[in-house]
Amino acid sequence: MKAIINISLKAGVLDSQGKAVHHALDSLHFSGVNDVRIGKQVILQLDTDDKTKAMADVTKMCEELLANTVIEDYEIELV
Amino acid sequence: MKVSILQFPGTNCEYDTQHAFEELGATTQIIWHKEETIPEDTDLLVVAGGFSYGDYLRSGAIAKFSPVMKALSAYADKGGKVLGICNGFQVLTEAGLLPGALKRNDGLHFISKHHYLKVQNNNNIFLEKLNNGDVVNIPIAHHDGNYFIDENGLKELYANNQVLLTYTDADGNVKNPNGSVDSIAGVCNKEKNVFGLMPHPERAMEVLLGSDDGVKMLEGFLAS
Repeated sequence: MKAIINISLKAGVLDSQGKAVHHALDSLHFSGVNDVRIGKQVILQLDTDDKTKAMADVTKMCEELLANTVIEDYEIELV
Repeated sequence: MKVSILQFPGTNCEYDTQHAFEELGATTQIIWHKEETIPEDTDLLVVAGGFSYGDYLRSGAIAKFSPVMKALSAYADKGGKVLGICNGFQVLTEAGLLPGALKRNDGLHFISKHHYLKVQNNNNIFLEKLNNGDVVNIPIAHHDGNYFIDENGLKELYANNQVLLTYTDADGNVKNPNGSVDSIAGVCNKEKNVFGLMPHPERAMEVLLGSDDGVKMLEGFLAS
């Protein structure tokens, strides 16, 4: 099973990189973009097929290492 | 006075820090991150600046799991004095020993220059040689120095006099180089034995090299 984890800055925490990219898109005349948020993706290859166990393990990994929950949110997708 | 200085793979300010404290008359020792203990007679434990683990994942995120960090936490819990400079500050926030987090600078650039700082609270061993409102000239050199803490956390910092230093101009007016909440450059824990700051006092030890204001800061630790 694979875990795909998307980590991004929390809503309300200014995303300077997102803002810079938004400006760049504007200057390239791409219209209709209201907001840009930049995050990172971590992909884990897991040796289990037990979704409940995988979710519990990966959540713990996010809380302890993969995300800094002071400033970041994370979403886990198991595939 | 014995100062122990932590060294992770990627740390690069440990020898500057060593030099600075030895100039002030302390004996020093560099401690490799694989050590599981720190010398018992340590009076001050410094987490030096640099780029531990190449800043992979997040600055300081991987260093917090090094074996020596358990010893550091135990030392701090017993009231031992800990100072984190730059990457050391990032490591201490990641480890949960100091509140808040350090984000990418708002301007996205690495900033390396002298900057003025204003002393906000000298009621602690680190800054007791300075007066509140004093302005010091100390180099900064960081990419992720944008201090963030949520509203409640910020209120608590002020309520407990944990804000140590803020970024200013030479006259002490607010000047924020990196987007830090309330221009905060350094904080301490509630118990006032764990200190962290992004600027580098160990690089401000000689007038000839731009400033010796770091002496007044680091001397505080030697007074005890």
